[in-house]
Amino acid sequence: MKYMLLIWNRPGFAESLSESERTALFGEVDEIMKELTESGELVGGQALADPSQTRTVRLGGGRPEVTDGPFMESKEQFAGYLMVDCDSVERAVEIAQRWPDVRLGGALEVRPVMDEAGTEM
Amino acid sequence: MTDRAVEDLLRTVAPQVLGLLVRRHGQFDRCEDAVQEALLAAATQWPEQGVPDNPRAWLLTVATRRLTDEWRSERARREREVAVAIREPAYAAVAPPADAEPPAEDDTLTLLFLCCHPALARSAQVALTLRAVGGLTTAQIARAHLVPEATMSQRIRRAKQRVEAAGATFTMPSAAERDERLRTVLQVLYLIFNEGYTASSGPDLHRAELTSEAIRLTRILHRLLPDDGEVAGLLALMLLTDAHRAARTGPDGELVPLAEQDRSRWDRAAIEEGIALVTAALTWSPPGPYQVQAAIAAVHAEAPSAERTDWAQILALYRLLARLAPNPMITLNQAVAVAMVDGPRAGLALLAPLDADERTAGHHRLAAVRAHLLELAGEPAAAREAYRAAARATTSRPEQRYLELRAARLAAPPDPTKEPR
Repeated sequence: MKYMLLIWNRPGFAESLSESERTALFGEVDEIMKELTESGELVGGQALADPSQTRTVRLGGGRPEVTDGPFMESKEQFAGYLMVDCDSVERAVEIAQRWPDVRLGGALEVRPVMDEAGTEM
Repeated sequence: MTDRAVEDLLRTVAPQVLGLLVRRHGQFDRCEDAVQEALLAAATQWPEQGVPDNPRAWLLTVATRRLTDEWRSERARREREVAVAIREPAYAAVAPPADAEPPAEDDTLTLLFLCCHPALARSAQVALTLRAVGGLTTAQIARAHLVPEATMSQRIRRAKQRVEAAGATFTMPSAAERDERLRTVLQVLYLIFNEGYTASSGPDLHRAELTSEAIRLTRILHRLLPDDGEVAGLLALMLLTDAHRAARTGPDGELVPLAEQDRSRWDRAAIEEGIALVTAALTWSPPGPYQVQAAIAAVHAEAPSAERTDWAQILALYRLLARLAPNPMITLNQAVAVAMVDGPRAGLALLAPLDADERTAGHHRLAAVRAHLLELAGEPAAAREAYRAAARATTSRPEQRYLELRAARLAAPPDPTKEPR
């Protein structure tokens, strides 16, 4: 079963961290990524650039209109994702619980990925 | 020989070669890698240069060469390491003479048990079984599971390490463990079958191959254990289920429910084989869950239409199944049979306790069955809500599409000729 772990955090939160805190943070991320790679659970993942680099496209005046900045005005922004393939939602949640952003005030959403398989109804 | 025929041959011989190799040298992990490399070499060379007279011997020679090459280069690297000194005699002296080796097919069974070792997570058991017993390449297994090849390669490597770390040897489990392990093997094979049993369209084609692979492996298992009623039952269940393949999806890949399938498109040969298997098994073996499920599938297969199905017999079989393997998912299916025999209200009553069971509460199947029964009971508004709840809960796109369609049909304005106001 595939799950996407959506990482939400406060943009620029790392700026307030000391150098050693920041090193520790990256170290934690590396360690989890290494573990997920070795266990054969990691499907993929990407970090996104700062929300200030965002363009949002939505309907305006009957046509797709482009504005600068993120879709949602909120304190936390979508910062990146992990895709994992694991045996249970409990395992996916366990991975999310260890992600350092959570400890630092961010949040992870664990969302099942839709499957193209379907059983007879 | 066609590429396809070569592949079939390779995959039949692969577990036998791996069995021989592990028996001689131990080191399941490395032997498995060596066989995989030999298979890749054969897959590229045989179609061009022709199939050797003795394919098994060819693969064994190539795989053994890979192993010895690896050992040699390793020895060069770490010349004075004790490990090599220990390993070398194992290769040279302990290997039994060829004529003392047990028949290769026994090795396939041992291998299957090893791949379904309890130290492994279910997804690892599946991956290892497909590679070591099924002879599929890592790339094929990765495609079928829609994950990158690197992910699958790592999963298989980890699984092999776990098996070795658990101290598993290449021998049959003891009599005490054997039944439990066989049950796991059957679960793994059924899971592989169900992974492939999908809307077989577009990007899912690779996945659909898992279904035929599961049937192929279960056939081998049945040949090795002809006296096991549950192995026969599982094979029958797979054949009877897969017989619907052509009828269970519409032209646009949409799911067609059992009741609406064009039964003339069912695979009669598969049905006959499945019925014969389960009928025979039930005469000489105590009934087990797979046999009973196959028997239910057989009753459906024999019915000319959904209406003219022997629902009373299906209900009796579900009651037997619920006694053999109590499980709320079975109650769910039983409720449909109850509805067909005693009316939709009776079926709905059976569903009520499942809302309190954590295994089924909020499950899309519970909502879907409830929706169906509410529809039969003449409650379109409640049925529509239940279909929508089921559509929100499923993580399958074809199922979601089907459930949304059912909800939409009920949302259509009432036909004035049928529902005068």
